[in-house]
Amino acid sequence: MSLFLIVALPFLGALLPGLMNSAGRQACAGVTFIVSLAAFVGLLTNLPAVLAGDVVLARVDWLPSLGLNFTLMLDGLGFFFAGLILGIGMLIITYGRYYLSRDDNMGEFFTYLLLFQGAMVGIVLSDNILLLLVFWELTSLSSFLLIGYWKHLPEGRQGARMALAVTGMGGLAMVGGMLILGQIAGSYDLSVILENRELIQASPLYLPALLLILLGCFTKSAQFPFHFWLPHAMAAPTPVSAYLHSATMVKAGIFLMARMWPVLSGTPEWFMIVTTAGLVTMVLGAVIALFKHDLKALLAFSTVSHLGLITMLLGTGTAFGAFAAVFHILNHATFKAALFMSAGIIDHEAHTRDIRRLGGLRSLMPVTFVIATLAALSMAGIPLLNGFLSKEMMLEEAHHTMLFGSHWLVPALAVLGSLFSAAYCFRFISHVFLGPVRDDYPANPHDPGPGMWLPPAILVVLVVVIGVAPFLVQDFVILVAKSVIGGTAELKVKYIKIWHGLVPALYMSIAAVVGGLILLAIYRPALRLWDATPRPEAKVIFEAIIEGAVGLARRLIHPLHDGAFSRYGAIMAVTVIAAGVHAYGTGAVGEMTRALQPAGAVPIAGWVMLVAATGGLVFLHRNRLLSLILIGIVGLMVSIGFVFFSAPDLAMTQITVEVVTAILLLLALNFLPNRTPIESSVLRRTRDGAIAIAGGVAAAGLSYHYLLRDFIAPSISEFHLANSYKGGGGTNVVNVILVDFRGFDTFGEIIVLGIAALLIYALTETLLSGPVRARLLNRKPDQPRAGDMHPMMMVVLTRVMMPVVMMVGFYIFLRGHNEPGGGFIAGLIVSIGVVMQYMASGFSWASARLRYPYHGIIGAGVLVAGLTGIGSWFVSKPFLTSDFTYVRIPPFDKFELATAAAFDLGVFLAVVGAVMLSLESFSRLARRAHVRDSEHAMDIDPSRNKAPDTAQKPAGGEV
Amino acid sequence: MELLVASAIGIMTAAGLYLVMRLRTFPVILGMSLLTYAVNVFLFASGRLTVGASPILIKGAEAYTDPLPQALVLTAIVISFGMTAVIVMIALGAYLGAGDDNVDDQIPPGDPEPEPVAEDAT
Repeated sequence: MSLFLIVALPFLGALLPGLMNSAGRQACAGVTFIVSLAAFVGLLTNLPAVLAGDVVLARVDWLPSLGLNFTLMLDGLGFFFAGLILGIGMLIITYGRYYLSRDDNMGEFFTYLLLFQGAMVGIVLSDNILLLLVFWELTSLSSFLLIGYWKHLPEGRQGARMALAVTGMGGLAMVGGMLILGQIAGSYDLSVILENRELIQASPLYLPALLLILLGCFTKSAQFPFHFWLPHAMAAPTPVSAYLHSATMVKAGIFLMARMWPVLSGTPEWFMIVTTAGLVTMVLGAVIALFKHDLKALLAFSTVSHLGLITMLLGTGTAFGAFAAVFHILNHATFKAALFMSAGIIDHEAHTRDIRRLGGLRSLMPVTFVIATLAALSMAGIPLLNGFLSKEMMLEEAHHTMLFGSHWLVPALAVLGSLFSAAYCFRFISHVFLGPVRDDYPANPHDPGPGMWLPPAILVVLVVVIGVAPFLVQDFVILVAKSVIGGTAELKVKYIKIWHGLVPALYMSIAAVVGGLILLAIYRPALRLWDATPRPEAKVIFEAIIEGAVGLARRLIHPLHDGAFSRYGAIMAVTVIAAGVHAYGTGAVGEMTRALQPAGAVPIAGWVMLVAATGGLVFLHRNRLLSLILIGIVGLMVSIGFVFFSAPDLAMTQITVEVVTAILLLLALNFLPNRTPIESSVLRRTRDGAIAIAGGVAAAGLSYHYLLRDFIAPSISEFHLANSYKGGGGTNVVNVILVDFRGFDTFGEIIVLGIAALLIYALTETLLSGPVRARLLNRKPDQPRAGDMHPMMMVVLTRVMMPVVMMVGFYIFLRGHNEPGGGFIAGLIVSIGVVMQYMASGFSWASARLRYPYHGIIGAGVLVAGLTGIGSWFVSKPFLTSDFTYVRIPPFDKFELATAAAFDLGVFLAVVGAVMLSLESFSRLARRAHVRDSEHAMDIDPSRNKAPDTAQKPAGGEV
Repeated sequence: MELLVASAIGIMTAAGLYLVMRLRTFPVILGMSLLTYAVNVFLFASGRLTVGASPILIKGAEAYTDPLPQALVLTAIVISFGMTAVIVMIALGAYLGAGDDNVDDQIPPGDPEPEPVAEDAT
């Protein structure tokens, strides 16, 4: 199966659980399982190639100019990790099906899980490091969703936030590191980078790149000092902990260190940083884990410790170290996922994870006991289980590692870590399962159904099989280790053996196990000592840092961003003016190339009216109704100006929009106060006036300047004029530009318009469903209303005009391609015609006669326009290529049929729908409780025999 | 003529800016509308002013005005209607919800917002 499909399957499949949610839990989990299984089978189809040592590649250029390509690569290491992710994923899905309770939204859970799975598979199969970063961030995001899955728990939300903050910060550092690395190597493809070891390690930028990448890896893999987020992430449901925080996500950092191992490792810096961090994490995690009472916390810190162990092995930079690391990744994934699932079973059945409240579960939960004990013993490093093999390799490697000039430091710390590790494993077994049966469990513990114990049991079988017969996996592990090492070193190991003879590693192993048993024996005094020791709490420190950052941001932002809109307006105006003044002062001013055109009396009269209305608006704006009239005059003058300056289309659009806007503002004034009070001081008004005048002078100066100069470069307008008829088949160049040359822009614009209308509709809905509804319904008009709500004259007139308006709209629409007009203008005209019916006969009368909802009209418009565009694909032309032909149907004259007309129809529908939906939403707000909706078109109707009771109402009007 | 158009743009800009900096929603909406006019006319005028030469292709016509700014401004006019409608709706919602049409935040600046941690603790 193609690598693309393997990565895409979980993402595509993530849609299914949500859809299947209502089909029941079984279907929901089943479909998720099938998606994972399909991806897993797809992966397996590539196994022969991988085993043959080939590297499977798949490539699609995405943004080649940035070096970002969708390149996937599958080698031994990638296969190993992808297999772990998908294989354990299937077990987790089965387990999660039975773990989640009926109150949990299973579709949501499995959607997140599949998103995470896809992102993880993406990381391990990426060949392009920029693509890898995309998937890397996706794992952070999806794990955030998974950790915070139980949104009602504060621990869940806090843990999710902390995990996102820490891993997100690391991810940011990693972006920097990867970009530097790509710069050094000259390519963002891993296959190229991995070939350039000498070049990269010789570069002066090697150290910063290394530090940044390691920061990303360490935060993701919870290495000291970033280990603290992992235990807090345990607030997630246990399947998530088992999947993300033991088997897969926390191994992403490890994976990346292994992936980059050929180019980054082997230097003193790598050795010092990685080995030290790994060692410290290993010991620290093991010590803390021993003293945790929450089962999951114990396992979380033990995960931290084991991740440290793997990191340390990678840090040594030897081929054997890498080999041991790979083997331990496999072993850790098997036993730790099994342990987490066992902890989940205990929590599920005993209703507590507190070790102090458990004990004696051996006889009550025998199946779980066997599974958990075998897994824990493997973790402790007991022979004939797989943990023993890799742990001994680790001790062997530690034995040969020299740190800070000391031969004994690494071996001693490794033994210490293993000792504590053995101790907490023994504690897990003895304090949970052994001992007497208690009678104070919060619930009645018993073994769960096979759906819950089978997944960990499968893993434990693997633990034992690998432990007893390591030769079964040795070839594969060697293959993976070789793909980690690349060509940089030679791996001498040929076999994984259980018995190596009486080597130092064996003595170290024995010392660790015996020490662990002794530590368990003296656990109580040790715990007292631990409790008495003061130690920093990572969560408190983390929160203090966050608090500090928030405080700093607040101090920076508050003086600027204080919630005063008028202040932002002033700041923005001053900034723009200052930028303009700067540009004017530093730029060169060209010569005047155009002569002033003489102005006749009519333009001057129009100018006077416009200026008078604008000035009046400023001084009289406190009277809101008057200012509405004044702004109408401004709009009218602007429209006339458009006519005068050869823009008939603009004039028609402007004047129709004026009408609609005036209606809109009138509807709004119905609710808003009629007067604006005087609030600002004279000083403030002077300041605003000064800014405004400066802005006005700047705008006027700029306009005057370019109006008297020709274009610097030739305009593309000539092309449009020349090709409008030949290419677009229309003589109205403006309309041809809209529906043809720049059709894609127009398509976007009608969508924006539709979204704006839907937004208004949504806001209305929100208002009407909230507390405002009651206030609106009980609103008393502040002024006496007209006695005649729906005047007969107006009703009759609008009815008569309706067909005329429709015809005019139709005519304007049809002529649009060749004469002034088109979809926009026709849409506005028809809207006005319909709005008049609302105004004349009231909202309820008009909406009762509404056959098609306006949402549908918007949608139909966008659809028609889009389909017209797609239509050109069928003749192998780009989106929205238009075509036209001339048709002659006798006895009519020949006329033109253009696909652009269909596009314009879409524009028309979208405009009608958007305008009507907006106005309708406003008028819905106007309905009131004490005015009954009239079912009659008008209040006084001579043809009706009985006088309607609404006519006798003394007051109350409605728009 | 150029002087008239340029000064009209300037006056509408100045009036629009002044009204946008007022404290109540309605004048701000009016100011935005005025700014919209100013910007539309400005964009339109970037094709330079031509009288009596519509961009409608006719046989025998020698010169046409620049059609491109017209096409851009046409959609801008319609979109600005959508924008006006949305801000009017927001203003209305704010007024109906809060009983107050002041555009500035009435909480004094620097007031600490509710702590997210405190919220979690409840």
